[in-house]
Amino acid sequence: MLLEINDLHVYYKSYWYTLKVLNGVWLRLDRGERIGVIGESGSGKTTLLKSILKILPQNGMIPRGEIRYDGKDILKLSGNELSKIRRKEIGMIFQDPMAALNPVFKIKDQLYDILKYKMMIEGHNPSSKELYEEASKIFSDVRLPDPDRVLESYPFQLSGGMRQRVMIAMALISAEKLLLADEPTTNLDVTIQDQILKLIHRLVMQKNLSTILVSHALGMVYQMTDRVYVLYAGDIMEEARTRELFSHPKHPYTQLLVASTPRLSSVGVGEGIKGKLPDYRNPPAGCRFAPRCPYVMDKCINTKPGKIQVNREHVVSCYLYD
Amino acid sequence: MEVDGKTALKRLQNYLNNYYFRKIVYSIVTLFGISILIFIIARVLPGDPARLALGPRAPEDVVEQYRKLLRLDQPIYVQYYYWLIDVFHGRFGLSLVTFRDVLTDITEFLPATVELIIFTLIIDIIGAFSLGVLSGRKPNSIIDNSVRIFAYAGIAIPSFVWAIILQLVLANWLDLLPAYGRLSLGIEVKRITGLVTIDSLLSGNLIAFGDAVAHLIIPSLSLAIGCIAQEARILRANLIENVNKDYVLNMYAHGIPGSTIFFKYALKPSMIPTVTIMTLDMASMLGNAFLVELIFNWPGLSRYGITAMLRKDLNAIVGVVLVIGLAYTIASIIIDLVVSYLDPRVRHRR
Amino acid sequence: MQKTSVQELKFIELERKIKRENWRRMWFRFKKSKLSILGLSMILVLLFMAVFADYVAPYPSHAGLHIAFKNAYKPPSLEYILGTDMYGRDVFSRIIFGFRYAFMMIGLVLSLVAPTGVILGLLAGYYRGTVIEAIIVRLSDIFISLPPLVLALSIASILEPNIFNAMMAVSLMWWPWYVKLTYSMTVSLRNEPFILAAESQGASTLHILFKELLPIQLGTILTKVTLDAGWIILIGAAISFVGLGAQPPTPELGTMVSEYSKYLPEYWWMSLGPAAGIILIILAFNLLGDGIRDVFAGE
Repeated sequence: MLLEINDLHVYYKSYWYTLKVLNGVWLRLDRGERIGVIGESGSGKTTLLKSILKILPQNGMIPRGEIRYDGKDILKLSGNELSKIRRKEIGMIFQDPMAALNPVFKIKDQLYDILKYKMMIEGHNPSSKELYEEASKIFSDVRLPDPDRVLESYPFQLSGGMRQRVMIAMALISAEKLLLADEPTTNLDVTIQDQILKLIHRLVMQKNLSTILVSHALGMVYQMTDRVYVLYAGDIMEEARTRELFSHPKHPYTQLLVASTPRLSSVGVGEGIKGKLPDYRNPPAGCRFAPRCPYVMDKCINTKPGKIQVNREHVVSCYLYD
Repeated sequence: MEVDGKTALKRLQNYLNNYYFRKIVYSIVTLFGISILIFIIARVLPGDPARLALGPRAPEDVVEQYRKLLRLDQPIYVQYYYWLIDVFHGRFGLSLVTFRDVLTDITEFLPATVELIIFTLIIDIIGAFSLGVLSGRKPNSIIDNSVRIFAYAGIAIPSFVWAIILQLVLANWLDLLPAYGRLSLGIEVKRITGLVTIDSLLSGNLIAFGDAVAHLIIPSLSLAIGCIAQEARILRANLIENVNKDYVLNMYAHGIPGSTIFFKYALKPSMIPTVTIMTLDMASMLGNAFLVELIFNWPGLSRYGITAMLRKDLNAIVGVVLVIGLAYTIASIIIDLVVSYLDPRVRHRR
Repeated sequence: MQKTSVQELKFIELERKIKRENWRRMWFRFKKSKLSILGLSMILVLLFMAVFADYVAPYPSHAGLHIAFKNAYKPPSLEYILGTDMYGRDVFSRIIFGFRYAFMMIGLVLSLVAPTGVILGLLAGYYRGTVIEAIIVRLSDIFISLPPLVLALSIASILEPNIFNAMMAVSLMWWPWYVKLTYSMTVSLRNEPFILAAESQGASTLHILFKELLPIQLGTILTKVTLDAGWIILIGAAISFVGLGAQPPTPELGTMVSEYSKYLPEYWWMSLGPAAGIILIILAFNLLGDGIRDVFAGE
């Protein structure tokens, strides 16, 4: 078991109120597995990924839960051990490449620093020539043309697709074991999305990386993952093999999600889901989907349903299956 | 041959579009505009500059002669033209107060103000950055809260009030530093550059150097505190905001050490608004110098200017304002250059 | 005609209701920050003192010329809250009258500068690419390229030294800032769809300027007006401090600081009194301005 998350709670604290975003998330990932986490915007997907690398913003706190990576609890790690994991083992592709690249530094500066610190932990102090060669190699891996120009450029001088490739390159440097991808194509032009997806897929296969793909684009998750988790308002609602989840969704939320996806073959556009995400300042005490659920019962409002095994490898968190 | 012409034109166009070039040209145009403004203030607004200069008791025919001398009978643009030529040749006219050439007066008093402003800038930059960084590194700590309170006080209390307070506390009550002037009685420094600190070092006179610095501290501090407060506040706010931005978290995700991230990747973008506001702070320094030099009896250009303003010494006023306008324009160009060095987006904007 | 007027009445009623709701929401947002409420209360107190100075000040006759040497140089006491000055006048009373001059200055300067600057800025931003824009923007830039205090002092220096001319000097130096602010906002809004739509519908220029472009900017402008108030006092006090503004015995705060600073360090309370008055005004308007900024921040 490469990664195991149990009962993860993440809050964002401010002077006036606390946002209780993650409410006991559970997840597991084996070596070589590719899993997806689907959910709407604001459901806590990015928070989940950031917690794994322990890079929450300063007002983020983890009052409860554990994240076991390779047997050790990341939340209790610090210093050198955490450094090693961040530099060499787990890498993350951020959602918006424009926001994830420092606007006042050249690509070269940021990339070289990443490479340098990784090589340092391997016991190696690279020269600038070596850094350049490594960078060129990685850039050809992600199919970035004209690496010299890209290195000397500032982020705003590159196109969206190129920025994302730079982002992927950076993530790959640090991800020898696990790759976290946060909506890797959502901010891109439709024409480029496919290219980037194929690129990620090829690289993941090539380097045999375990992957967590987070997205609200169901089609992408369907194509690229073996197992899927459904995250709603900070709670995992369902977990299943990808094919199984999309063909036999059990949780009401998942059913509505799958039904709302427009398909070329079906008639009509499909219905959306009424209502919106709960207020994290004052979230529902029981099941967080209860306010929007068409099958809601009294006990859903009062207590959160636990994990219910529906069949082999299919778990739901819903009283309908109790 | 034709190709050469085209590329040459291209290169000229590139030059003209160059950010720095455009800035400098615009500044020069603006400087001319300032000169027109000052000219209007000095010649056109006061009604009768000749009468103003000679006083109400001067006989009418003398005033008439002076009017002809000042070319007041000619159309404005002619007046302006001759005036501009005079200015370019350094002919600012005679001062009514010192009866010397205004240019001589300016060269005598300018170094003192230069010294004061430079010292103030040094204190300002060191102070603002140290406080801003200290505060931003550990938000809501004791240091941070003290800095924030200090910042609020610093902004609300005007320069001349700080001058009075500091003079009272540091010089009069605690007797730590001298209250007036540039040098204590009896200490002489040979004038080489006009900057007493540099001159004393060049002469090897360390006592004079210490004395000069001691005299500089309170006036510079009075000028600098307001600026330090404002800049530290902005720096702190930007640091706190940028430290949580994705591009910083990205660096953490790659395991780069925290101090490198803070002092390199978070600090640089945060410095930009701080440096940008230094233009305004520079303006307030140059303006407040008038009051501070008055309070501390500092023998600088601004105190000379105040005396000129009180005595309606038009030539001197014009000279002083032109020099300060020029200095400020140069200073804002330099600051803009620094900002564009820090922020590449500025350089490449169309 | 009869039918539509009933509908019109209902619509007007609805509009009024929405406007009332807006005011209530703005007040609610303003109320949230305690510091802004503090600022507002301070301003109201100071304004009250300024308007009713004759009744609030313990010794209103001390405001102008008044000589009672036997009471001179008294330190702060119950009788004279901030002590007396070199003529035996109560410093505290004079400061209260000083507030009156301060608010007068703020009122005069802002009512001159804000409308002029805003209108010029709107015109400059709307008529982009024309001579109008070029002239207005260049002119403002020229004024701005001199340090503000230097410009104000030089204007004041050629005029007769009194408080009215000090206000004129401050106004002449302040207007370009409003032009700049309005201009940059107008430029960014100029080609927004709703403006272009109004133009294509044949709306008059006046309508577009004042009913479309201006309302959005009002929040920012109002914030600036409030924050500026404190600095106007500062510049005015500086002009008077140097001797180019209000002359003694006028109880203007800057004049008083300058007059009394001659008696430092022994009679230090004299000078710090009016100085504290200046600081109070600046602080109060800063707090109020922060609050107003927060109210309009979301819009």
